[in-house]
Amino acid sequence: MADVYTMGIDIGSTASKCLILKNGTDISGYAVIGAGTGTSGPKRSVEQALSNAGITINEISGITATGYGRNTFSEADWIVSELSCHAIGIHAVFPDVRTLIDIGGQDAKAIRVSTTGKLENFVMNDKCAAGTGRFLDVMARVLELDVSELAERDAMAENVVNISSTCTVFAESEVISQLSNNVNICDLVAGIHRSVAVRTAGLAKRLGIVEPVAMSGGVALNSGAARALERELGIPVRIPPLPQINGAYGAAIYAWEHRKQER
Amino acid sequence: MSDSIEKKPAKIVLRELQNKIAEEAWEAKKRGEKVGWCASNFPQEITTAMGIPVVYPENMGAAVGAKGGGQRMCEYAEGMGYSGDLCSYSRINFAYADLKKCEEMEIPFPDFLLCCNNICNCMIKWYENLALEMNIPLLLIDIPHLDERTCDEDRIRYIRAQFDDCIRQLEEITGKKMDLEKLKSVMEVSQRSSRAWLRAVGYMASTPSPFSGFDIFNNMAVANVGRGTIEAAEAFEQLADEYEALAAKGESTFKGEEKYRILFEGIACWAHLKYTYKALQTRGINLTATIYGPAFSFLYGNLDELMAAYAYVPNSNCFERELELRVNDALKNKVDGAIFHMNRSCKHWSGNLYEMERRFREQTGLPTIVFDGDQSDPRCFSEAQYETRVEALVEIMEENKKKEVKA
Ligand code: SF4
Repeated sequence: MADVYTMGIDIGSTASKCLILKNGTDISGYAVIGAGTGTSGPKRSVEQALSNAGITINEISGITATGYGRNTFSEADWIVSELSCHAIGIHAVFPDVRTLIDIGGQDAKAIRVSTTGKLENFVMNDKCAAGTGRFLDVMARVLELDVSELAERDAMAENVVNISSTCTVFAESEVISQLSNNVNICDLVAGIHRSVAVRTAGLAKRLGIVEPVAMSGGVALNSGAARALERELGIPVRIPPLPQINGAYGAAIYAWEHRKQER
Repeated sequence: MSDSIEKKPAKIVLRELQNKIAEEAWEAKKRGEKVGWCASNFPQEITTAMGIPVVYPENMGAAVGAKGGGQRMCEYAEGMGYSGDLCSYSRINFAYADLKKCEEMEIPFPDFLLCCNNICNCMIKWYENLALEMNIPLLLIDIPHLDERTCDEDRIRYIRAQFDDCIRQLEEITGKKMDLEKLKSVMEVSQRSSRAWLRAVGYMASTPSPFSGFDIFNNMAVANVGRGTIEAAEAFEQLADEYEALAAKGESTFKGEEKYRILFEGIACWAHLKYTYKALQTRGINLTATIYGPAFSFLYGNLDELMAAYAYVPNSNCFERELELRVNDALKNKVDGAIFHMNRSCKHWSGNLYEMERRFREQTGLPTIVFDGDQSDPRCFSEAQYETRVEALVEIMEENKKKEVKA
C-alpha cells in the first residue's frame, strides 16, 4: 500500500511550525520558521518541511491547521485549536502524561490530557505577557544575549537573583538596575527563569497537577527554564524530543486519524 | 393590559418601557422635579412608591459601551486623572459628569445621589466623588456583606433603620411624601414582576431553551430598574408566556441548532457583544445559565424580608452561597460547559473569579474557560484569545457528548 502523508501546521504569533507525518507514525520532515501569522512564515515552513520530507504538496492527503493563525491557512482540511493538538501530540510521545505545560511566544497554558490523549481541560494565561516566551525575549535583549544562550548561562548561576516584578516592563527595568549594580549575568538569567517558572507553576496549580507532567513549546528547549519549572513544581517534568513542534505534530496526527476514518 | 402591548413581542415592549422610563425622567427634570442618579441595586421600591424619578449611570455605561463610545469616554476620564483600573462604568460616568454630553446616550443631571453598596464597595467612592464634584446630597444604604448563609435580625434592623432614614431624607430633598399604601402596592407589583422574570428565565431549563440566552442581558435592565411598575409586571408575564409557548412546541428564538449549552459568568462585554455572541452562536452554543437569571428577582412577603432580599443580591453574598447558586443553576439548566468573563473593570467579580471557576469545575466536572475582557472598555479584550478558548471548549464538549452517546 502506498504511504499516506499528512501535514500539521501550527501558526503561532511568533513562529510557524510545520510537520509531515508518514502513515500516522513517522516524522518525514518538519520546519520551524521564526515568523508567525500574517508573515511569509507559514508558507515558508510548509515549503521547507516538504523539501525535508522530499515530497510535494500533492502527496499530502490531509492538512490540519492549528495555532493563533489557524483560520488564515486556506489549504487546511481541518482547523483545530492548539489546545487539542498539544494534547494529541504529547500523548503520542508520552502516552501516560496527564498534564502538559506549554509556553509559547505570547501565551502559556496548562493542559489536562485524558488517558486516551484527548483535551480534557485547560487554563491559559491572562492578558499579561509575564510567564511567556515574549518575557524571555525581552529579558534576553536587555542582557544582550540570544535566547538560545540563556540555558548555558543559567547552568553557571551561583546565587539566583530574585526578580520580584511580574510585569514585563517592570521586570525589564529591574533587570537593568541589577545590571548596573554589576550583578552576575548568570545569576540574573536564573532569576528570570525562576520568574517565568513561578508564574507558569501557578497556572498549572490552578488547573490541578496530575502526574506525569510534560512541557512543550519553544521555551522547553531552554533547559534552564525547564529546570526552574521542575524546582517550582517539585516534581520531574518530561520534555519531548521536539517540544516546539508538539502542536504541529498533534495536528498531523489529527489529520491522519480523520483521513483514516474517512477511508 | 392595553391592546398595543398585546400585539407587540415582549422584547419590544420591554425596550419601549425602558425608553419610556428614561423619557419620564427627562420630562420630570424639565418640570423642575428633583431627579436622582441611582445605583442599580438600590431598593427601587422607595423611589417608585414616592414617585421620584431616578436614572441609572450603570445602565448608561452599558449602553455607551455597546454603542461604541466606551473607549472615548474612558480615555477622557483617564485624561482627567482617573485611573484606568477603575470600573469602566464609573469612568464613563465621570467623563459624562464633566463633559455634560455624550453622543451615544445621555441621562438628566442629578439633584441627589442614591447609592447602595450591595453591588460593590467601589461604588461608594464613585458616588462620594460625584457628590463632592457636583455638591449634591448622597444617600447611602450600606448593606453589610453577607458572610453567612442567611441574613439575620441584626442585619435586617440595620438595613431597615437606613431604609427609614433614607425615606425621611428623600422627603426633605424632593418635597414628596412616602405613602405606605403605595409602598405596599409597589411591593406587590415588584413581586409580580420578579415571579414572572423567574418564570421566564426558568424556561432555560427546557431543551432546547426557548430563547437565545444573550437576550437576558437586554431584558434584565427593566427587571432591575422598572420592576415596581404594572407595565413591567405585565411585560414580564407576556415574556414568560411567549417562552412557555415556544418551549411547549420545542422551538426557540436561538438561531440555528442548540448543540451546546453553557453558563456565562459575569457581565457581558458590551463593547464586543456582537463578537462574543457570534463566536458562540455560530458554533451552536446557547447561553442557558447566568446568575442574572435566578438572582435578579427580589422575593419577599413583608418589609423585613424586603431588607433581607437586598442583602441576598449576588455580589453581596458569601463565596460559598454564590458558588452554590451557579452550580445549581448550571445543573438545573443542563449546561455542557461554562465561560467565565474575567471582567477587568469589576473588582468584586474578577477578584474571586479564578477560585469560582476552579470550584465550579471541581463540583460539576464540567469544562470551563476564562477570558479577559471588560464590560465597557473595549481595550481589554482580544478576539483571537476569546476565539481560541471557545474553540477548545467546543472540542472538549464535543468529546464529552461522544462519550455520553457511547455510555
Ligand atoms: S465595579 Fe462591578 S459591581 Fe461595581 S459598579 Fe462596576 S461593574 Fe458594577
